[in-house]
Amino acid sequence: MLELLLRPAMENDWISFDVPSLIQNFWSATFDGLTFGAIYGLVALGYTLVYGVLNLINFAHSEVFITGCYAVVLVLSSLGFGPSAPTMSVGLIILSLILALVAAMIVSAIVAYLLERVAYRPLRRRNAPRLVFLITAIGASFTIQYTIYLVRGANPEPAITMFRTSPIFDVFGTLITDQQILIVVAAVITMIATDQFIRRSRTGRGIRAVAQDPDTATLMGVNRDRIIVITFVVGGIVAGVGALFYVMLVPSGVQYSGGFVLGVKAFAAAVLGGIGNVRGALLGGLLLGVIGNYGQILLGNSQWTDVVAFVILVLVLLVKPTGILGTSLGRSKA
Amino acid sequence: MSMVDGPKVSAGAESARLGADASSVRTTAKGTRTQRLRDRWNDLTRPQQWLWLIVVVVLAYLLPVLNIPILTTAPGNDWPLACFSMASFALIAVGLNIVVGYAGLLDLGYVAFFAVGSYTSAMLTSPDSPFLHIPYLWTIPVAMAVAMFFGVVLGIPTLRLRGDYLAIVTLGFGEIVRILATIIPAMKGQVGFQNVGRPPGVAADGIPIFANSNGTPWYWLTLTVILIVLLLVGNLERSRVGRAWVAIREDEDAAEIMGVPTFKYKVWAFAIGAAVGGLSGSLFAGQVGFVNNQKFDVQSSILFLAAVVLGGAGNKVGAVLGGALVAYIPLRFTAIADYKYLIFGIALVVIMIFRSKGLLPARQRLLAYGHQAYRRIVGKSDPLSQPPGALPPSVDPGAAVTR
Repeated sequence: MLELLLRPAMENDWISFDVPSLIQNFWSATFDGLTFGAIYGLVALGYTLVYGVLNLINFAHSEVFITGCYAVVLVLSSLGFGPSAPTMSVGLIILSLILALVAAMIVSAIVAYLLERVAYRPLRRRNAPRLVFLITAIGASFTIQYTIYLVRGANPEPAITMFRTSPIFDVFGTLITDQQILIVVAAVITMIATDQFIRRSRTGRGIRAVAQDPDTATLMGVNRDRIIVITFVVGGIVAGVGALFYVMLVPSGVQYSGGFVLGVKAFAAAVLGGIGNVRGALLGGLLLGVIGNYGQILLGNSQWTDVVAFVILVLVLLVKPTGILGTSLGRSKA
Repeated sequence: MSMVDGPKVSAGAESARLGADASSVRTTAKGTRTQRLRDRWNDLTRPQQWLWLIVVVVLAYLLPVLNIPILTTAPGNDWPLACFSMASFALIAVGLNIVVGYAGLLDLGYVAFFAVGSYTSAMLTSPDSPFLHIPYLWTIPVAMAVAMFFGVVLGIPTLRLRGDYLAIVTLGFGEIVRILATIIPAMKGQVGFQNVGRPPGVAADGIPIFANSNGTPWYWLTLTVILIVLLLVGNLERSRVGRAWVAIREDEDAAEIMGVPTFKYKVWAFAIGAAVGGLSGSLFAGQVGFVNNQKFDVQSSILFLAAVVLGGAGNKVGAVLGGALVAYIPLRFTAIADYKYLIFGIALVVIMIFRSKGLLPARQRLLAYGHQAYRRIVGKSDPLSQPPGALPPSVDPGAAVTR
């Protein structure tokens, strides 16, 4: 009976391990994974910061990110960028990219700010149960997505190529492009800057205090609401940085609903690294990017990326239930 | 004995009455109407409650036939089919409410169990499938069993995680099931399974009673299933299992210390919730008659969760209402199709801000003693069979289990 049931499922090999291909493409998979993982890390930072301070999965953070992507696309296309590589001078390109970056940071930060003020603060005032925050986040996520949908329509935005990528040097026979280096380096710098901001600045100390114990922090003179707003805004700014590099890496297909899947994976990255931990966000992002890529090549289908990523996440959580780095935002050393 | 205990109980009743007054004072600003309605409901005797329930149930059965002009989704959407869709969402919400509302486990991958149920029914009845074929109605219990099995398989490794970690793992599980349906050739990906079976029976004109285009019999079937599930879940809720769930939801560590085997009951909540999810998936597959990998995305899981919280997590009637509303709103407002999800999103935010416990909030109640105990505590004279001291003195309303 059982055999009768299972045989049809087993007849054709739906899973096969292509080890030679993985060995052959190991380094290119690693570098591609790191590049993508850096972007996951930037988006994951927003989740991790908000989670550290409020213990809240900010489901609408993916929409903060996607509005940043729209800002990048709209600014660059109005500056004359299009599907083919731009013909303008290098200085002008750099200037335009900086402009797009600033626009994305501002737009994402504004969306994050509005989100906090309109959706979350009223709930905090009312001492709502935690599940309610989640549903509000989902509602806000819907609202932002379909506002974009009404303004820009259902079709993906046309592709934007920022510059012609060229290989710089090769490592173990794999060419590394300037784009990959730029993305990883910029992501790491953003992460370090955020980390230092939280560790060293006065506001950062406030963020850590609220994360550790909101009531005591309030008694010690920390303006809790202000700190929470700042946390959202910082998350938004970093998401804006992520948006620029995301559009750089994946030039076409920015779409109103496009943030969601990336958001889920970024959140998984944050959990993998240890949610509430700034360094964990980057580590989780990089790991998730690399492991997903290995899985994809090993199993021979891009669909496997997410399956492998989530299975790894589950395995890590089973061994270490607080993620790899584990410590919370509040307990990180000054 | 009873001389000593008697006054204690009445003192407890006194404080409960005061508590009830205080809570009604607190809620005068908002929700007075539901509060009053609920008080009036609780003041009714059991037979009166049953009478009202029968009226409501009869009205619910008549819903697709009556086709009330204001409520109807026609001409944009067929009204009986919309009713089926509402009933189907309500059933899902009842199932998810067990996991989220009672046991307090945040499950963002509930659609996976729905998918498992749908696929089980489809693969055991559709001519496209190489598997063993059995009559459709038999696939319903099979689908429940398979979904339950998946619930246990997912639950055992993951239910040791707390709160949001569980959320992300279940979210991942939902995605994995969807992706596997795409990758595994036997599941046929987007091609899917056509001509999924249906319950037997042919009308006079040779058209099957349970035709895909005819929502009314499907609605009635689902409504019947909902009523049965509600009765069973209601009993479960008042049992040892239900009390264990509430204890876990309120404080898992405290529950563990008090001797509740939390892990076991969490797995039970997951398994029973999964079985109800599989049940609704099976009904859905039968009605639509076609199953492929397109309907089981994360967004659906989130809509299900929204239904539970919107209705009032922990309240099974609220879950039915929330599920029906979440299905109804987009179907009703097709005239403004482009705006419907925007409206839905804004509505979710606004409802959550102003009624953060859901439309029908769950409420403190003595689970163990039920209706009679409630009436005694609020001081209503009810001919009780037990002598006054029968209620253990430890039953202090302050320690009443919340729900």
